[in-house]
Amino acid sequence: MEQAPPDPERQLQPASLEPLGRPDDDDLEAAVSEEAEGAQEEGSGVDTMTENNFSLKKIEISVSEAEKRTGRNAVNMQETYTAYLIETRSVEHADGQSVLTDSLWRRYSEFELLRNYLLVCYPHIVVPPLPEKRAEFVWHKLSADNMDPDFVERRRIGLENFLLRVASHPILCRDKIFYLFLTQEGNWKETVNETGFQLKADSRLKALNATFRVKNPDKRFTELKHYSDELQSVVSHLLRVRARVADRLYGVYKVHGNYGRVFSEWSAIEKEMGDGLQSAGHHMDVYASSIDDILEDEEHYADQLKEYLFYAEALRAVCRKHELMQYDLETAAQDLASKKQQCEELATGTVRTFSLKGMTTKLFGQEAPEQREARIKVLEEQISEGEQQLKSKNTEGREFVKNAWADIERFKEQKNRDLKEALISYAVMQISMCRKGIQVWTNAKECFSKM
Amino acid sequence: MGARGSRAGGGGRARSAGMEAERPSELAAAGSPGPGAALELDADEDDLEVFSKDASLTDINSFSPMMPTSPLSMINQIKFEDESDLKDLFITVDEPESHVTTIETFITYRIITKTSRGEFDSSEFEVRRRYQDFLWLKGKLEEAHPTLIIPPLPEKFIVKGMVERFNDDFIETRRKALHKFLNRIADHPTLTFNEDFKVFLTAQAWELSSHKKQGPGLLSRMGQTVRAVASSLRGVKNRPEDFMEMNHFIEIFSQKINLIDKISQRIYKEEREYFDEMKEYGPIHVLWSASEEDLADPLKGIASCIEECCTAIEKRMSGLSEAVLPVMHEYVLYGDVLMGVMKRRDQIQAELDSRVEALTYRKADADLLTEEIGKLEDKVECANNALRADWERWKQNMQSDIKSAFADMAEENVHYYEQCLATWESFLTSQTDLHLEEDSEDRL
Repeated sequence: MEQAPPDPERQLQPASLEPLGRPDDDDLEAAVSEEAEGAQEEGSGVDTMTENNFSLKKIEISVSEAEKRTGRNAVNMQETYTAYLIETRSVEHADGQSVLTDSLWRRYSEFELLRNYLLVCYPHIVVPPLPEKRAEFVWHKLSADNMDPDFVERRRIGLENFLLRVASHPILCRDKIFYLFLTQEGNWKETVNETGFQLKADSRLKALNATFRVKNPDKRFTELKHYSDELQSVVSHLLRVRARVADRLYGVYKVHGNYGRVFSEWSAIEKEMGDGLQSAGHHMDVYASSIDDILEDEEHYADQLKEYLFYAEALRAVCRKHELMQYDLETAAQDLASKKQQCEELATGTVRTFSLKGMTTKLFGQEAPEQREARIKVLEEQISEGEQQLKSKNTEGREFVKNAWADIERFKEQKNRDLKEALISYAVMQISMCRKGIQVWTNAKECFSKM
Repeated sequence: MGARGSRAGGGGRARSAGMEAERPSELAAAGSPGPGAALELDADEDDLEVFSKDASLTDINSFSPMMPTSPLSMINQIKFEDESDLKDLFITVDEPESHVTTIETFITYRIITKTSRGEFDSSEFEVRRRYQDFLWLKGKLEEAHPTLIIPPLPEKFIVKGMVERFNDDFIETRRKALHKFLNRIADHPTLTFNEDFKVFLTAQAWELSSHKKQGPGLLSRMGQTVRAVASSLRGVKNRPEDFMEMNHFIEIFSQKINLIDKISQRIYKEEREYFDEMKEYGPIHVLWSASEEDLADPLKGIASCIEECCTAIEKRMSGLSEAVLPVMHEYVLYGDVLMGVMKRRDQIQAELDSRVEALTYRKADADLLTEEIGKLEDKVECANNALRADWERWKQNMQSDIKSAFADMAEENVHYYEQCLATWESFLTSQTDLHLEEDSEDRL
């Protein structure tokens, strides 16, 4: 998927993803078509709405504008928020021309809703993260204000990136709610809520419980969890220190600007040195102001790292789901085993396991054979049911692991590509900064030597 | 002419006092009045030094008081004199040492002097001096040459940021400044021949102590100061035009150089903080590389680039602290020196003015006054000429010093960026080469 208006500030380019089974596409456009149904995915038992509207069309998505709005919120108080314009263009195969098909405004909270929906409905997918809600890792010049135009601009880019990532994901791109997000302005929220996805969401408590109690999770997921914790910790640290480095660098450059002013004042009393001082002062001003662009570029690099910082959370979400399913499975198996045992004990009359019935039997005497028969029957039914459930849980679990791991592999490759590119772009930025520095100081040196 | 001179003995070669073309016999390099020898005009025009005998002319001029020369010719002479191949006095200040007595702790510095001048008893001297001794010397020079620009001494105390009076940085900075101080005096056409200067460089400790006790006492000096403050204001009113300009220059210059000094110190501080952060920044990339397989290589590469940049920052900082900071600071101190010189000139003028005033109002014996006025007029003229000449010399030096300092600073910065550029470019090449390698591997 391509971003429509070429944005010179964009450093981010989500990798070109091919839906499974498609040959390599040269133009970084993900063609979403009916043919790309290689791995038709249903998710873990939840109905995902897929839409085959995209037949043989290529789609370009862009978040092209941001606008401040005022409105009334849920408690009827006035609030200010930013709305973002999403434009969708379809590109006809034949002539490659793009036609604007949809254009609507969305605010950040709607993006959040979309993402939450995707998280619940595709728990085996590493769902792309949103740009940060509040400005973090700011250094002194950067504002922490959400309404600050630079922040809004970087967020606009981040939101566009999010949509492009979803659109180029082989499975997520076919989701109907996602499609409606791009095309149906009014009532979209209601439509999402009507899917009842919130009910399917796993409770935090349940998930936490599972994490602690699960006995045999797939080793790969345990490793993945450790990896994502490390990734989060090291990237946060990196971003924090980078912000401090930026702050210091800003200081060094800006103080030189004072030379410019003082040289200019001094040149007024100097006859021979005056011209040299004056022109050297000008170069000092140039030097001091050059840092603004340099650091703005670096901010984009920081955003690239931040995306992967937030991806760590998405990875953990998949791991948690696995633990939950595994724990569920283990509990069901345990339940079944204990029921089978109970049954056996009733049938043979031996009491090995502790049960309330056993206790009362001991105290009040054996029960009548008819009662025993009845209980055995109930247990046998439960066991049979339980075996069915266990079987389907097992299948579900295996499917989950298989599909999740496929997406995780895809994610890993994407991450390696993107981060390598980001690191290289960082080097390129440093090189540009050095070149500018050499130029300014060479000019200044010349002025000084001529004084 | 009443000029006397002492001649270098035997093998020594006294410093040439001027250009051969001029009248060598009248060109004098001054020293304080001492037990001078008779003038011996040598066939070898080189060693001619003429000392002024007239003690009332407390300012000793480079030139005979009878022959004021234009500032321009003075400049030419001075330039010629400052050429380093004529330098015959080499001074170093080093080896600070701490001394502890029951009363106090203080630092002495070793001063080594090498010279080929005849009036020195030997060609090499080694003495130890403490800051107090430098203060004494400066005082004596100011006394002997009130309108010459005596180089500044480093400050007694640094006001802010001083925890320990004798920490290493402070001592080193002071040592360098003291070294500069003595060398500036040595390079000055007049001051270099000052007698107290010679004593300072050569006398043993006890000799110096006893020498210090000579000369006008503390009380008489204090008396002078009181008179000075009272009369200097008057001198301002009748200040000649060129001195008004000079004063204006000094005021603005002082302001600006103070700002430059502060800015330079601030830059140094910011750079240090930048360095500290970068030192922490690099290793995080190595830490990250531990959990990444495919990214380990570029991450480590970046870490090593950052490390190299840190080395470059350190080098830039040390360059700054050598080339720029001490120079700017010295000129801040020069600002005070210059204002002091202006004051003293004004004061000398004020003396004359008050006598002239007295004559006008017939306040005392006219003849006596007239004679006094005559002498004072000479004194004022000497003082003014001395200052004018020294001012031009000072300005030239200042321009050259400032120019060097900033040119060096620019050079340091160019080197810094070149070094960083090289390391990042080599990283980039290594990554793109690898990329090409990987690509061709994939295709195989």
